[in-house]
Amino acid sequence: MAATQAGPISRESDRSLKSKFPELNVLIALVVIVATFEILGRVFMGDSFLFNTRTDVTGLFNEQRLQIIILQVSIVGIIAVGVTQVIISGGIDLSSGSVVGATAMIAMSFAQVSMVNGSPNPTAVFKGTEWLDLPVLVPLIIALGCGIIAGVTNGALVAYTRIPPFIATLGMMVTARGISKWITKGKPISFPTEAYTKIGSGMMPVVIFISIAILFHLIMTYTKYGKHSYAIGSNEEAARVSGIKVENHRILVYTIAACLAALAAVVVSSKNLTAQSGMGVMYELDAIAMAVIGGVSLSGGRGSIIGTVLGALIFGVIISGFTFMRLDAYYQEMVKGVIIVGAVVLDQWRQRSRSLRG
Amino acid sequence: MNDLILKIEGLTKYYGGVHALENVNFELRKGEHVAIMGDNGAGKSTFVRQLTGVEQPTRGKIVFNGNEVVFRSPIDAREAGIETVFQNLALADDLDVPSNLFLGREKILLNLGPFSILDFKGMRAATEAALKRTAVKIPDIGNMIRNMSGGQRQCVAIARTATFASKLIIMDEPTAALGVQETLQVENIIRTLKANGEPLILISHNMRQVFDLVDRIIVFRRGRIVANLRKEETSGEDVVSYITGAKTGAEFAEAV
Repeated sequence: MAATQAGPISRESDRSLKSKFPELNVLIALVVIVATFEILGRVFMGDSFLFNTRTDVTGLFNEQRLQIIILQVSIVGIIAVGVTQVIISGGIDLSSGSVVGATAMIAMSFAQVSMVNGSPNPTAVFKGTEWLDLPVLVPLIIALGCGIIAGVTNGALVAYTRIPPFIATLGMMVTARGISKWITKGKPISFPTEAYTKIGSGMMPVVIFISIAILFHLIMTYTKYGKHSYAIGSNEEAARVSGIKVENHRILVYTIAACLAALAAVVVSSKNLTAQSGMGVMYELDAIAMAVIGGVSLSGGRGSIIGTVLGALIFGVIISGFTFMRLDAYYQEMVKGVIIVGAVVLDQWRQRSRSLRG
Repeated sequence: MNDLILKIEGLTKYYGGVHALENVNFELRKGEHVAIMGDNGAGKSTFVRQLTGVEQPTRGKIVFNGNEVVFRSPIDAREAGIETVFQNLALADDLDVPSNLFLGREKILLNLGPFSILDFKGMRAATEAALKRTAVKIPDIGNMIRNMSGGQRQCVAIARTATFASKLIIMDEPTAALGVQETLQVENIIRTLKANGEPLILISHNMRQVFDLVDRIIVFRRGRIVANLRKEETSGEDVVSYITGAKTGAEFAEAV
């Protein structure tokens, strides 16, 4: 294996701050971007991006803006956590956005109320709807089931047919989107039960995103699952001869990713009080972008949940910053594109300089 | 005969129509170091793959430590006590030394199935102990394999075999990719293993190394064993003529 050819010169062990906290670059990027908007704001808008300038509210920071920054990336952030562990284990998942769409449609069908303002729910998927108004646990379990089916399918395709994960999950992406359109022939599904609307109301998406991020940070850092994910992404053959059941592990990785996409589907449909067949379009790419910006290597083996959370925050800051500067959404997308490519180019440079030094 | 650690009878492996191994018989005694030599494609690595559970033989019997064994996976072989240093190292570049040593059999603090919590402290301590036992020097075991030299990587791979109470160590060309200094380092580790009485199968192309380190030399040619030579009773020239096919051991004459 090529690894053996790495030079004979032993490199000094690098125990600097950077090696202990590899997300430092991303954190610096985040601070720089925030500072840029702060300066631009002071100069051009006569207002502060980050700090509170109003006299009728107390507090050092502009809390409303901080809340929006994180709220608007929370739902994709949940997906990004799942995608991160897929990429670390050497895969990719393009299906998450479509899994959001299909799961939102299916779960919402079971979350509907039977009567709206005294007449039957006009968007009811199941007609003759006396048995609707189901406990909130039912749509949740159904969403989880959707995630498991999509994830096990993805994982089994990748693990056993040996087709590239890009293709396997592309298939799921197209199929799941088809399913989400087929259920109501494109019509939205609305009027969920009150309990269901609470899941994604207010700052709940943030709470869920942060909880999931902390949970998976711990899993990836301290458990066998995390260690094996890094090992498989780093050197699949080594993992296999070391006795790791690579196929089973892959299926678990993709299943967790799809279940997190299903969770995001519940949150987004609850937040919007409706499910539409087009829900989650482009989420998969935004999630991958957050991971990549956060330093997760597309070649596997490297990256962290902390990095992805920072990547998500960079996303949020850029969106909020452009709104703050009263720039059109078109510019946001253009800049987002540049940042994604830039992050990958930087990662490549880092790797190349590392292998040159090595 | 009870000092036999390994006895292989009639080991045969076909890949479709390709006869990679044909009726191989092999014995290894406790504490013995044996070299396997042969040209590329002679069946050395195939032999190792059958012995370590990476592949399953088409036919043949493996008696290890007095029991007949069938290895369905590398983990089976490892659990039986056969540790292998593979030609391609089989290390995960992005993990540190303890993680690599314990890959696939981590020490567990709290068992939660796949989400079991790892015992980092215990693994670090066991790593230090294993490095000491094999006289391997790694400046910082918390360093990722990616940042290590070829020699250090190889030492880690070898130290892995010593982390666990192995009964047999197999090394597949452990110094093929190393420089002079690093080769000496690995050879010293092998001598340490010999002094500790640990049996070893060494696959190597390096004639000097083989004559320096082992007790016995087995030569493979075209998937068969063609010679079984005690080191004292042979010479480099002799071995070469077996490898190239100029000569075939008397007791193997019918095999060729």
